[in-house]
Amino acid sequence: MAKFKKKTNTSQDIPTSALPDIIFMLLFFFMVTTVLRETDLLVENKLPNATQLTKLEQKSLVSYIYVGKPKDTDKYGDEPRIQVNDVLIMPKEIPKFVFEEKDKLDEVERDKITMSLKVDRDAKMGIINDVKQQLREANALKVNYSSILSADAL
Amino acid sequence: MGRSKRQSTEVNAGSMADIAFLLLIFFLVTTTIASDKGIYVQLPPKKEEQQEIKLKQRNIFNILINSQDKMLVEEEPLELSELKETVKEFITNNGKDPKSSESPQKAVVSLKTDRGTSYEQYILVVDELKQAYNELRAEYLGITLEEFNELDRKTDEGEEMYDRARQAFPYQVSDAEPTDINIAN
Repeated sequence: MAKFKKKTNTSQDIPTSALPDIIFMLLFFFMVTTVLRETDLLVENKLPNATQLTKLEQKSLVSYIYVGKPKDTDKYGDEPRIQVNDVLIMPKEIPKFVFEEKDKLDEVERDKITMSLKVDRDAKMGIINDVKQQLREANALKVNYSSILSADAL
Repeated sequence: MGRSKRQSTEVNAGSMADIAFLLLIFFLVTTTIASDKGIYVQLPPKKEEQQEIKLKQRNIFNILINSQDKMLVEEEPLELSELKETVKEFITNNGKDPKSSESPQKAVVSLKTDRGTSYEQYILVVDELKQAYNELRAEYLGITLEEFNELDRKTDEGEEMYDRARQAFPYQVSDAEPTDINIAN
């Protein structure tokens, strides 16, 4: 019986020299797509669900207003509050915030400013109506009620 | 002498992958894939700039939500699940029923909330209203609701279709002035 011995010249290990390149590629992908949270949320923010959503197009034109129950209830009480940037404010201060945000934009784009209202689902309409009245006062009329696509819409 | 030390000229790149992995994990953890979606509304301008518009009572569809999140639609209690069909009937009445709207262009939905209404309920109602209008618009264009929602408004064709639908069924939902503010003024 003739013996056939298979010649095994192939190396056993997987070449890993390209691994760093692959990892770097992934790394760059995440570095590019990542958005670091600019603000620390001081309020609870569980967004409501909805089905008819519009995507916010130009990020530079969007300013955010957060509304919800403060996380630190000992310090700020447990009534829903308004947060812009890193501070809790009263409704009366909203026009000032809007004008500051508008100042950051080019003159031609100022009227296109969109306010994204990130409101906790447990908040009441009273505070939302106050915010809306102040936004009208500040002439920031484009509003987006931030919400999550509800599961039953799929 | 004579024996020169052979030095490797290569950079040791074996741990490169580890370093890259570390960075990768950092970005994986900190990343929040931006999901900025929401219900878009246009607020009415300031009060002084607003002229009083007289509307016929038949063209106004009143929705009231109280602090218990119960709805009163045209003076009758209504469940949220029935709202969409009722609104669609109202908009597409075209003068048939003398108590309902004259035409989609004239039909206005007035939504009034209480200070104690929950935001979640408000969004649900606004969402139903949007859905009613979007379904009518989609029907008008002869496409499905999904197709309508995915209409690309950046292309001329998409924009034209959207405008056509918008003119046929303009989204006229008015957030009534909150009562307490009227008293304060």
